[in-house]
Amino acid sequence: MAWAVVLAIVAAALLAGFLARAPHDHQFREAIGERPSAAFPLGTDDLGRDRFSRLLYGTRVSLLLAPAAAAASVIAAALLGTLGGFLGGRWERAVAAAADLTLSLPWLFLLLALRAVLPLNAAPWLVLMVTFGILGLLGWAAPARVVLAGIREIRNADFMLAARARGVSSWRLFAAHLIPNVWPILLAQFLISIPAYILAEANLGMLGLGVSESTPSWGNLLRELENQPDLLLRPAERWEVFVPVAVLILAVAAFHILAGRDRVEVSR
Amino acid sequence: MNKRLVLLLAALASALGAADSGGQLRFAIQAEPRTFDPHLVNEDASGMVRFLTAGVLIRLNRQTQKPEPELAQSWKVGQGGRTITLQLRENITFSNGSPFTAEDAVFSIQRVSDPKNLSPVGDSLRAGGQPPQAKVTGKYSLSVRFAAAVPNCERLFDDLAMVSALAPADPRVALGPFLVKEYKAGSHLLLERNPRYWKKDAQGKALPYLASIRVEIQRNRDMEMLKFRRGELHLIQNLDPDGFSRLQNAGAEDLGVSLNLEMVWFNQAPQAALPAYKKAWFQSREFRQAVSEAVNRDDIARIVFKGHATPAPGPVSPGNQFWSLKSLPPPFRSPQAALARLRKAGFSLRGGQLYDPTGQPVEFSIITNAGNKSRERMASLVRQDLGALGMRVNVVTLDFPSLIERISKTGQYEACLLGFVYNDLDPNSQMNIWLSSSGTHPWNPGQKKPATPWEAEIDRLIVAQAAEPDPIKRKATFDRVQQIVVDQAAVTCLVYKNALLAVQPGVKNVKPVVLPPNALWNVERLYLEGDALRASR
Repeated sequence: MAWAVVLAIVAAALLAGFLARAPHDHQFREAIGERPSAAFPLGTDDLGRDRFSRLLYGTRVSLLLAPAAAAASVIAAALLGTLGGFLGGRWERAVAAAADLTLSLPWLFLLLALRAVLPLNAAPWLVLMVTFGILGLLGWAAPARVVLAGIREIRNADFMLAARARGVSSWRLFAAHLIPNVWPILLAQFLISIPAYILAEANLGMLGLGVSESTPSWGNLLRELENQPDLLLRPAERWEVFVPVAVLILAVAAFHILAGRDRVEVSR
Repeated sequence: MNKRLVLLLAALASALGAADSGGQLRFAIQAEPRTFDPHLVNEDASGMVRFLTAGVLIRLNRQTQKPEPELAQSWKVGQGGRTITLQLRENITFSNGSPFTAEDAVFSIQRVSDPKNLSPVGDSLRAGGQPPQAKVTGKYSLSVRFAAAVPNCERLFDDLAMVSALAPADPRVALGPFLVKEYKAGSHLLLERNPRYWKKDAQGKALPYLASIRVEIQRNRDMEMLKFRRGELHLIQNLDPDGFSRLQNAGAEDLGVSLNLEMVWFNQAPQAALPAYKKAWFQSREFRQAVSEAVNRDDIARIVFKGHATPAPGPVSPGNQFWSLKSLPPPFRSPQAALARLRKAGFSLRGGQLYDPTGQPVEFSIITNAGNKSRERMASLVRQDLGALGMRVNVVTLDFPSLIERISKTGQYEACLLGFVYNDLDPNSQMNIWLSSSGTHPWNPGQKKPATPWEAEIDRLIVAQAAEPDPIKRKATFDRVQQIVVDQAAVTCLVYKNALLAVQPGVKNVKPVVLPPNALWNVERLYLEGDALRASR
């Protein structure tokens, strides 16, 4: 079921060009804040833009970049975590300290500073890639600590001691015994990180720092709610405004279910 | 019968007494006041505190926009604005009981004029680069001499707080209607009635009516609105259009066009780190005029401000009744005319993309401050309007400090969408905008000498009006400045925002105006009644 939800959302995003009737950034200025209709299935926003089209294209942005950022952070975490954990001693302490340091960084200010130094005429997609790239790189620390802990456990497991006692080389220990056992941890971290990045983009969007204006994302679609907190008390009146929230919750929940199932399989 | 009479009298007494103990007025500001020294104020929050606590010699009536006697009961301007003599009211005391005399007034003027104190008020008092010379001429009279003529010099005294020569930096020793009683950073500021305030109402009752004012420091405007709805706050100033819609049936009021202008300008600085072809666009009058003609200001007013704004034909709002140039025609919009103008200047439209005479595609970025939804939306509309001409526009939102750094220091930007916030009506307060040598001259700051003949002409006119004693001639000179700004499309004026606020019905005597501090300009006469009064106790 979780896979079905993820696949459906991904398919909708990829087929945005076919499904959307209007460009996501075109302002229908005589149709501001329209209710859902045949022309605009989810109505229009405050600038008269087709909300359905924006949701589809926004899904594309959020759902394609979040896994990319998750992959970047997990790859970095895998490299540093496995090496530090496997080598142990001062290497392990160095990786742990670097992770702690990274976690203590005020990443919001880093992103602010980053946007301030990027060329103003940088294409929106480039800004997106760089923003998510930085998010991904900054996000290595939390999964690295999990990987580090996992490796420490595996390193001291009976089968590793037995292999060492038989004179198995370090490289073979690493490649044949350690990596296969770390793989499920990395996969789980990847799946857990995706919703975290989706939410990070949404939060940045709420602050006006994520995806730039006119390019839709789940984050800036949620900003519509920012002006209308009263709607939270009577969502049925303008249900269409809540559709991006529902899609976000569905996607995040689906990824969490997938990650959870994976963890169960690991523990077995 | 007697019992009824007693009850009736009691009710009457209660109604009359409402103005006696007007309760505690509560409202919120979005930033911490940086100083309680009225001479060091350089931001809105401290300015608000100064207005509520400090006494001034002459006060600009926010309703009539004319100066009125305050601590000075009369004044006389001489030598075409080079001198002003002031006669003070007698028997006025500071909140600590010490008498207010000409010694204190002269001390206050000298204190703000002392360069060591870095007082922004002192800067505005300087004429011809020199501080004014103030002199005591009697216990209750003084004269002030400026190095050069200062037209409307009496208006300068509206911001000049009178402090005690004995306790200049003590916020509890003041002449205004309220005194600072308590300040908790990040939480609130409590002001209490000044028991020695000198003003009385027509019935001879001591003012102010309010017993106290609680100013909450609340950055979250949604929270501010929620508190207003629950009756915990009595008024909200500077509402945005979304907030206005939400409070439309709960006391929100549109005061009409404010002094504030929203606009776009291009970086016209010759030394800007931009490609030469872009500089050529931005320095081209035809290009700027085409942009101005392509922008749909009616849509901005209707869509972004929900009708609470007026398309701007020029840089000075009609909210500034005397100084705005009323003969300016409504903004002209015609994408066809704009395109024709660009073609005449050598631009060409091919495949939906505009190219300049050298074959470069016309593409630039507009920066604006992140988090300001109105500006982000305006930029989005401008983007589509210019897109119709084949211009590709990137909208970039930056945090405010980065934006200011770019426009005032590094010059690393192409176009900027921001606003002019005028707190004063007089053109002299706009010197920093129009003078080409000013560091805050928007499109090309800090010029050693004017880069263009029309900027030289603006410089000449803005200086000339400042030295012209005749208000009619001054107005004609400043009109010419406005006309040049429009003719050259130096900035693309977008809209004048309306002043929006919300006041609980229980707050009495409120007469909101477009000039800051909008609903509080007659604060000493405000009082609470009914639920608002009960809730404030």
